[in-house]
Amino acid sequence: MGEGDSSALRQLQPGATLVNRYAIQEVIGVGGMGSVYRARDMHFPNVTKLVAVKEMINSAPDPLVRQTIVQNFEREANLLATLNHPSIPRINDYFTIGSRSYLVLDFILGKDMEAIINDTNGFLLEEQTLGWAIELCDVLDFLHKHKPDPIIFRDMKPSNVMINQKGDVILVDFGIAKTFQTGMKGTMIGTEGYSPPEQYRGEATPIADIYALGATIHHALTRRDPRIEPPFSFAERPMRRINPAVSAELEAVINTALEYDPENRFRTAAEMKQALMGVAKKTGALARIKATANSIGQIDTIKPLWSFKCEDEIRGTPTVLNGMLYVGSYDNNLYALNAADGKFKWKYPTNGGVVSRPAAYDGNVYFGSEDKRLYAVNGISGKEVWTYHAEGPVRSSPRIAEGHVFIGSDNAYMHAVNINTGRLVWRFEATDAVRSTPYVLNELVYVGCESGDFYAVDFRGALKWRFHAKRAITSSATSSDAALFIASLDGMLYALDPRNGWALWRFRLGKASISSPCVVDDIVIVGASDGFIYAVDARSAKEIWRFRTEHQVNGSPVAYKDSVYCGSVDGNLYCLEYRTGRLRWKFGTEAAITGSPFVYDDIVYVGSTDHRMYALLA
Amino acid sequence: MMKFFDKLFGKKEKTIPRSQDMANTAPLTEEQIQAIVSGQSPHFDMQQLVAGCGQSVGKQRELNEDSIMALTATIAGNSGNLPFGLYLVADGMGGHQFGEIASNAAIRSVSDYIMKRFHPYLFHLKTEMMEEPFQEIMLGAVREAHKVIQREAPGSGTTLTAALVIGQQVTIAHVGDSRAYFVYPDGRLDPITRDHSLVKRLEELGHLAPEEAQSYPHRNVLYRALGQGDFLEPDIFTVAFPQPGYLMICSDGLWGVVAETDIQRSVVEAPTLQRACQNLVTAANVAGGPDNISVVLAQLIG
Repeated sequence: MGEGDSSALRQLQPGATLVNRYAIQEVIGVGGMGSVYRARDMHFPNVTKLVAVKEMINSAPDPLVRQTIVQNFEREANLLATLNHPSIPRINDYFTIGSRSYLVLDFILGKDMEAIINDTNGFLLEEQTLGWAIELCDVLDFLHKHKPDPIIFRDMKPSNVMINQKGDVILVDFGIAKTFQTGMKGTMIGTEGYSPPEQYRGEATPIADIYALGATIHHALTRRDPRIEPPFSFAERPMRRINPAVSAELEAVINTALEYDPENRFRTAAEMKQALMGVAKKTGALARIKATANSIGQIDTIKPLWSFKCEDEIRGTPTVLNGMLYVGSYDNNLYALNAADGKFKWKYPTNGGVVSRPAAYDGNVYFGSEDKRLYAVNGISGKEVWTYHAEGPVRSSPRIAEGHVFIGSDNAYMHAVNINTGRLVWRFEATDAVRSTPYVLNELVYVGCESGDFYAVDFRGALKWRFHAKRAITSSATSSDAALFIASLDGMLYALDPRNGWALWRFRLGKASISSPCVVDDIVIVGASDGFIYAVDARSAKEIWRFRTEHQVNGSPVAYKDSVYCGSVDGNLYCLEYRTGRLRWKFGTEAAITGSPFVYDDIVYVGSTDHRMYALLA
Repeated sequence: MMKFFDKLFGKKEKTIPRSQDMANTAPLTEEQIQAIVSGQSPHFDMQQLVAGCGQSVGKQRELNEDSIMALTATIAGNSGNLPFGLYLVADGMGGHQFGEIASNAAIRSVSDYIMKRFHPYLFHLKTEMMEEPFQEIMLGAVREAHKVIQREAPGSGTTLTAALVIGQQVTIAHVGDSRAYFVYPDGRLDPITRDHSLVKRLEELGHLAPEEAQSYPHRNVLYRALGQGDFLEPDIFTVAFPQPGYLMICSDGLWGVVAETDIQRSVVEAPTLQRACQNLVTAANVAGGPDNISVVLAQLIG
């Protein structure tokens, strides 16, 4: 891996000419062993004849390996020279210069199917994909009927299918296509994900190509890349469940092609082509019947147990203790309601909006206000116990631990306040406003701020470590047994080591997030302003599911039993199965939900900017 | 008492004969035993990462196609003294397919990539926090190794199970059918990786019963390997280092040959990790040694 190797692997530059004939114009593809170039054939000086020059750099230091590579290269060239079919590129020439070998093929003006899938918003159309599938059956049939021995393509997948300007398919990359030989033990042939079970055992047959074609069409119509799924798992991803626009007829044909047992698939490509033609006839002229979610009927019929109206928006999150519900409102009051029936008990007026979540502890309620104060109020009577001046509007929620109330303020400090006296014990200076709620774990307090800094502070107020995100951390942390999770306005969900702040992984959300994640069963769930609720594996950072709401998700999801509850600015509270992200029900309020729900004893409490507090059966 | 000596000297070891003048010994008093026991489990004022490794070509192969690496260090700095470990096992595929070149390239390329990233933290006193998350570093390292193998030995392939230990976090990158395990002193042996082998997948799908899998003819076929295919998706995840317990990485020359209970016992009962690795390799060879054997063991003490 010295510098010398990289120069040996350097791509040809535009303007270079090979064997005095092929003038290189541009790199059009990069593979494991070299690049593919567009070049002009200078033997036709009066017209522009374009060719594709496929390069293979033999950089193996081992002589035996080198020899094997040359043999494979010549095999591909010889094979292509014998084939004549409109869906197979014609070979014009091949030659070797030093450690580089070149195949000169017809240039195809078009795009490969994988690029088409990736560049399309939503799903490809069935009609279009069906047409390609029929043409692919045709070329496979041609290869399989090759004399004296059938040719097995062995590597059917979207990136090996070019679609030219006329919309016709061309199969490219015959690098591993060959007449059948027993596969060598311990090696794979073909591409993981697209290849059928028997091909992994080295038994490449025409029926293996049929499976891979089925896999290719499945990928095209579902956008689910089989290379990142376990092998042979198509049955776990039925096409119509992912893309309801696919016809039942086409799904049935693809399922047959993808049968685990080769005996149950189409016997020949011609037979599959017939079946696809049948689908085209049946569905071609008919307008699609819009599929509707089957459970939509019951989804909107949720009725609240009770609701309570404040004088202004509820932007924050309620809390429930000893049968009482406490919630702040933008009308400057903290309300205390009977959690069972929503009856008004008392309210405590402040001089600013109460936008965060109160904390209830040992008979008292603690909450901050935009009037720059932190309040401690008796939970039953609503009488003031103490107030603390935080010098800046309080939008962070209080966290209670070890006899302290920890709270952030817009004055760029996190304050540690004695829970009994309301006196400041220490304060920690951040680089910007602290709106994130402090999180306490193993004798450290974790808090983020609007500059993007995230701190771990010990109980004496000394900084243990600092992590920096590219934009504000308004979200509050949560943890699993091994990691701390936070979201940021930089559009990332981070997993950090709680002991030292090193990043374990980051997961890219569609947009900025101020939602605080929740963790259940090693699944991290968080909302983002792109309107999605995301579920991510806590160990591997792999997305498990995402659920689309109609507007930003700024509140935080809450897991309870086997569901997760989350509000959206679209006004709905969503109840999803937390393992699958499937919608159980949703409840519409009259305006945006920006806070988080609170679930206790099978009842979900949620506030809305429609001024109301709702209680629903979980 | 015997158990105690087994622990002290390793079960399979013969007790070294003492010199004559020491032969006349009385049983140890409780105090003496306590003194020895406390001497056996020293306390460290900071966490220590220790490791051992072992390898053998086996009894039936002529060529060793396995490559291993074990590197242990401590990063001193602002956030305390962090144990750092990088442990790799790569098992090259198929004799005539240049598996030894592939496993060599995997170890070389992955360690090069990772060490370059950590060099400033290991050998300078860098105060900035590393921006790139561990999992992204591992992914980058594996993808780079994949390219190097395709360049140096096209058509060949190798397994790779890599563990990056930073503090109490273990980040695993895994492709193929070598395995990482957590070994617990209470007798549990938990595989933490999932084999990318045809036989395992057929088992998962219910097409093969576990007992059929033992004798399945295509046991060696992998569906995912470093160097194979143009697109590689390694398994990457982060878990907490077991405490108390051990991290073990090994090739199928060990896990496919030696029973789990024997592996577990060898690890827990040996006096040192190095001895444990030797005992594991010996056990695989005693069982026939059908394949190359590689094992790395690591432990976090204190």
